[in-house]
Amino acid sequence: MSVNANSQTERRIVFLVLLLAVALPLIFPIGWKTEVSGYTKMAWNLIESTPDSVVVIFSFDYDPSTMTELQPMAEAMLEHAFSRNHKVLAMALWPQGAQMAEQAFAEAKKAYPDKAYGVDYINMGYKVAGIVAIQAMGRSMAEVFPTDQRGIKYQEIPMLKNIRTLKDIAYINSLSSGTPGIKEWVMAGRDAYGTPVTGGTTAVSAPGFFPYVNSQKQLHGMLGGLKAASEYEVLIGKIGSATTKMDAQSIAHLLILIFIAVGNVKAFRARRRRDAI
Amino acid sequence: MKRNLPLIFAFISGILVVISEFIPHRPFSQMVSTLQDWFMIIAGFAIILGQISLFQANLAKIKEKKSGWYFYLAGLLSFMLMLVIGLLWGTQEYRGLIGHGEAIQGWLGSKPFDYMFDNAYMPLSATMFSLLAFFIASAAYRAFIIRSFESNLLMITAVIVILGRTSFGGMLTAWLPESFKFWHLPNLSDFIMEYPNSAAQRAIMISAALGIIGSSLRIILGIERSYLGSDK
Repeated sequence: MSVNANSQTERRIVFLVLLLAVALPLIFPIGWKTEVSGYTKMAWNLIESTPDSVVVIFSFDYDPSTMTELQPMAEAMLEHAFSRNHKVLAMALWPQGAQMAEQAFAEAKKAYPDKAYGVDYINMGYKVAGIVAIQAMGRSMAEVFPTDQRGIKYQEIPMLKNIRTLKDIAYINSLSSGTPGIKEWVMAGRDAYGTPVTGGTTAVSAPGFFPYVNSQKQLHGMLGGLKAASEYEVLIGKIGSATTKMDAQSIAHLLILIFIAVGNVKAFRARRRRDAI
Repeated sequence: MKRNLPLIFAFISGILVVISEFIPHRPFSQMVSTLQDWFMIIAGFAIILGQISLFQANLAKIKEKKSGWYFYLAGLLSFMLMLVIGLLWGTQEYRGLIGHGEAIQGWLGSKPFDYMFDNAYMPLSATMFSLLAFFIASAAYRAFIIRSFESNLLMITAVIVILGRTSFGGMLTAWLPESFKFWHLPNLSDFIMEYPNSAAQRAIMISAALGIIGSSLRIILGIERSYLGSDK
């Protein structure tokens, strides 16, 4: 068998074993417990310590490609905000974010069926222009969002009666998988108007945002990936999709470590064979 | 003039925005507000421009029967399908050209556009991203080999972070006494993220910011002109 064919076979074995490692825990959940990290607790604290009846922004800055990681975060944080009686203004800096918001509301409403559209939550839809749109919201929210996603005029939305600019918002929660997203909210929302910002992102993007969680509180904690979503579910006492998916992710991570070990043993043996010749 | 006019616009707009950051009062604040409104309008039109460009580029490849032309055809047909059903019956609460399509909604359970979004676009999109896991696993197996001190360091760090980011990692070192809490895998992983990672990320961010300032100045002063396109 040639080296290429060998390598192809190895790839196929890796793919097959990984498929099984991800699929089996999803079918037969293990129920491993997740420990809550400091970053997740900080984000939870921000929502928990914010007084009730205030208007908050949930910005859905992602699309379906990253929904596996970000949608459980959105749902858990939304349920937490609803439990604290915060009035949630959903918006999106990504075109498909508005649909993601609709789905998160539909899920959260299962636990809070009394929440009314326009009174307790609203979906303002997608807004083009990223950071410029945020800067304009600091000037006038009504100018940026003349109507909501359903076509209701800004002035006719009960929960936005006293909301003029970003300064009237209690906190911003950006669930983001790229640009525009958390970074833009920190620069144009937190740094320019002092509105607290928290958020969530994919595990692969999280390291780039950790510097913003600093003593100046540019970010009030942050959720990075599915693990953080499951941590948030632990904090609000919910066994949601993140908790279930976390078993599969943990197994997949362990498997990757095994692959690394096997790869190293193989490389070591190959090196020894080469040296012996 | 064709090239000089955009350069003059870029210079005036750029200088105005910079000045307004240092003097956030009239007339600069008002001028910048107007510029922001213009930007949002232009960005909206850019989406339409992008769609036209996508259509033209795909159509040209299909006409020329370039390799894999049937993929471009599939992309174009999907694009057209979503556009047409969105225009005809609307999306969510929005009415389409021929109404809300109550009959078809009764059959599908939602509007055709929303049905396709939920049942085709979303799973396909999530699948594409999920495929990364397979490539990462395969790459880890073949490329994460200890060859030097640096690669050894990288691998030890990676193993700690990977284990620390699983539910299993916490259980592995849960038996450690309180005085050894720092060595608990999730805590070690958080330490790596909070200190070495943040330090490196900050260095990258500061360098990138300096780079952005440099290129912005080049654009404002008309030294960098590639955004104008070619001379042809």
